[in-house]
Amino acid sequence: MAGLADVASRGEDTFPKILLRNARDFGTRTAFREKDFGIWQSWTWANVLDEIRSLSLGMKELGLTKGDKVAIVGSNRPRLYWSMVAAQAVGAVPVPVYADSVAEEMAFVLGHAEVRFAVVQDQEQVDKLQSMTDEVPSLTEIIYDEPRGLRDYDHSHLHHFESVQERGRAVLSADAGAADAWVAGFSDATGPDIAVMLYTSGTTGRPKGVMLSFDNLVISGRNGNIFDNLDETEEVLAYLPMAWIGDHVFSLAQAFTAAYCVNCPESMDTIDVDRLEIAPTYFFAPPRVFENMLTSILVRMEDAGTTKKKMFDVFMGVAKRVGERILNGEQVSLKDRALYGLGELLVYGPLKNRMGLTRLKVGYTAGEAIGPEIFQFYRSLGLNLKQLYGQTEASVYITLQPDGEIFGDTVGKPAPDVELKIAESGEVLYRSPGVFVGYFKNDEATRSTKTEDGWVHTGDAGFITDNGHLKIIDRAKDVGKLTDGALFAPKYIENKLKFFPNIKEAVAFGNEREKVGVFINIDLTSVGSWAERNNVNYASYQELAAHPDVYEMIESHVDQVNRDLASEPMMAGAQIQRFLILHKELDADDGELTRTQKVRRTFISDRYATLIEALYDGSKEKYVKTEVTFEDGRTGAIEATVEIRNMTPHSRGAVHQEAAE
Amino acid sequence: MNAITSTSEMPQEGRAVEREDLLRVDNVSLSFGGVKAITNISFDIKKGEIRAIIGPNGAGKTSMLNVINGFYHPQEGTITWQGKVRRKMKPYEAASQGIARTFQNVALFKGMTTLDNIMSGRSLKMRKNFFLQMAWIGPARTEEIEHRKKVEEIIDFLEIEAIRKTPVGRLPYGLQKRVELGRALAMEPDLLLLDEPMAGMNLEEKEDMSRFILDVNQEFGTTIALIEHDMGVVMDLSDRVVVLDYGKKIADGAPEDVQASQAVIDAYLGVSH
Repeated sequence: MAGLADVASRGEDTFPKILLRNARDFGTRTAFREKDFGIWQSWTWANVLDEIRSLSLGMKELGLTKGDKVAIVGSNRPRLYWSMVAAQAVGAVPVPVYADSVAEEMAFVLGHAEVRFAVVQDQEQVDKLQSMTDEVPSLTEIIYDEPRGLRDYDHSHLHHFESVQERGRAVLSADAGAADAWVAGFSDATGPDIAVMLYTSGTTGRPKGVMLSFDNLVISGRNGNIFDNLDETEEVLAYLPMAWIGDHVFSLAQAFTAAYCVNCPESMDTIDVDRLEIAPTYFFAPPRVFENMLTSILVRMEDAGTTKKKMFDVFMGVAKRVGERILNGEQVSLKDRALYGLGELLVYGPLKNRMGLTRLKVGYTAGEAIGPEIFQFYRSLGLNLKQLYGQTEASVYITLQPDGEIFGDTVGKPAPDVELKIAESGEVLYRSPGVFVGYFKNDEATRSTKTEDGWVHTGDAGFITDNGHLKIIDRAKDVGKLTDGALFAPKYIENKLKFFPNIKEAVAFGNEREKVGVFINIDLTSVGSWAERNNVNYASYQELAAHPDVYEMIESHVDQVNRDLASEPMMAGAQIQRFLILHKELDADDGELTRTQKVRRTFISDRYATLIEALYDGSKEKYVKTEVTFEDGRTGAIEATVEIRNMTPHSRGAVHQEAAE
Repeated sequence: MNAITSTSEMPQEGRAVEREDLLRVDNVSLSFGGVKAITNISFDIKKGEIRAIIGPNGAGKTSMLNVINGFYHPQEGTITWQGKVRRKMKPYEAASQGIARTFQNVALFKGMTTLDNIMSGRSLKMRKNFFLQMAWIGPARTEEIEHRKKVEEIIDFLEIEAIRKTPVGRLPYGLQKRVELGRALAMEPDLLLLDEPMAGMNLEEKEDMSRFILDVNQEFGTTIALIEHDMGVVMDLSDRVVVLDYGKKIADGAPEDVQASQAVIDAYLGVSH
């Protein structure tokens, strides 16, 4: 395990330099794969060096210089990852952007970042960027990957990816010293230089540009690799938005520092098949991906034959009893071990294969709390799934669960080199080598987030448990009080609700009000399958959501949550007293969720003000009309009369059977 | 943006003049017994254009397509295909001449996967011995790999990677239409006939399909003749439009001219006699 100082002295402190090392030491190993035309196309590290070098020189020919910003827009593709390093090699700063964000959002980010170049995936993105000339006056050159549909466009400032590389190759063949000059060009870049700018998706207000240095990313990446023993043999699937810090660290920072292979799926719809074919050894997914995988398995088991269903039930029972203990290396009786071994052969093995997790060495989930049953399900199959807690401002890692110390309700211990402290307000603060340089053109926000001596406010409220693990309750600013003084942590309640497969999303209200009221979104896959099995007919989400039987089912879930809350002294005062099922799914296109699918609380309370009013005025139902935006930007309206139900709270400290088990 | 407007606003004659006829229909009449389906119709399809055939129900549009691809043989008139006057021929002969079509009702092999359906579009291009193909050895194998490559390009083009291995019977209607287009494209036709490609689609599916049609025309240079009821689509997509009513041609020209024609308005809205 090379010490950090050692690494710095060898000069491997920026990604272009690390690329040279990888091409030298791992030249024949596969660095990137992309499924195209139904086949996994691959590039070795030596190939990648060639690709990046010619691209980089081509971009330089087009006028890219030190300090310029380069927007990267599109889904995960090797060429877009290469563009980032190619830009870094000439001293430019890549700015990956959420490709599915609406034009207005994207225009703000690109305008704020003052991008000069953009590397985009296809015609859709080219059209989007060309419509922004007023908001982004700095943008001069656009480079696209997919030529389809762009033939008749004016190509004076529009370039095909390959034509840019062609320019670069021309430079290389004309001048024998060009390759060395290119290397010399980035040899004086060092760790403290800005490597990348990532815009936070912004739960509130405008997105902020987080500037991360090479040191931030390289050191965090190396620490992550050391923590989980990751080396050049790992395989990851790059499928999460490139603009998100998680993907940037897993698919670029860690991939380059460890020299492992990054696999790009064929399209967003084929991920399940692609994961099965690649079988990643290191896998990251937000809880909802694990939830969806589990839901689809359970739905399919409902439709399976009796024998299979029976087998599944029996062995899942065994796994639930002993699986996690075996994974944690605890003492388990020989009989149970034998049963578990048989289960591995008959059920767990095939299941893992189906999910493409057969070769999984370590898996992470973060972003939101994961349901304990879901978490336990994967771990009991023998998958080393862990939780981490991180932020863009920290280059991901703040806390990690070490092997063998996995608890469902905490997010782990401080990651290597990370210091943690809890402010008096209950807010979590950290300090680490990954701490960001600052927000771009926003010193005020930088000052309010990062203290003089480098501590960063996470904005999350939490505490450190007796065993040294961090437990997060909620966003610090969201934690409030009911009028009777009881503590109200909306996310805590929402997460409890969302752990039921039938509930997809929940929004709780109650701060400075006399009681807690909740909006609920049902999960169409899960409730839809239930409806099919129970002969409930429905034509739309709206119709299913208003069905009396569905209301009954959700009511029982809410009651269960209340019982849970009643057993916790801190939370017992904030039980749910009224709830309703929303007539439409919350959607990022309507601004109700962020692009990373988090609820935008204030926006929702403005938009559904009439429904919130109805939660508190005691009415039994309420008519509501909501504007919706379709994918192509047109708008329409959904009308509905939404039913509101009352709940009876449980008495404080009521004995909780499940918890006692 | 300028590039797009300049091509679509380019005067139609300008394009037509330099382009040669791919197909000419001269004074064609077709009747089934006493029913006259098509009466004395003449028009042409230029190489590389998108030509729309429109008209109210029963105007003879589908019959016209069937005449063009050689399924019906007209009693009167001549059809000139790539400079040669065509004689009566079988549909498979027509297909091997480079005309492919999709149907008003989806006509796919429901039990077969998307991949196999599109692959079936290549069957006319498979030249190797049947028994070699069955054994999947030697040149037959090399040939099939070649064809599979072409099919994968089409799958990529139509963005249907996710349903590659799904039996088409399980797909929603909009996707089935796309697979059908894929099968027609697999024939690498000179002329592609589309019979109501957007029928029964929602707005989003229509927008997708429009883009595919434009892209096919641009990327592969395929000439397209399409029948469509959605006027918005016809006006946006096509270079020239021919309008039929009761088997007669009542207008022919650029979309905006046709739209302004009184005869066309009367045919669609009806007139009091």
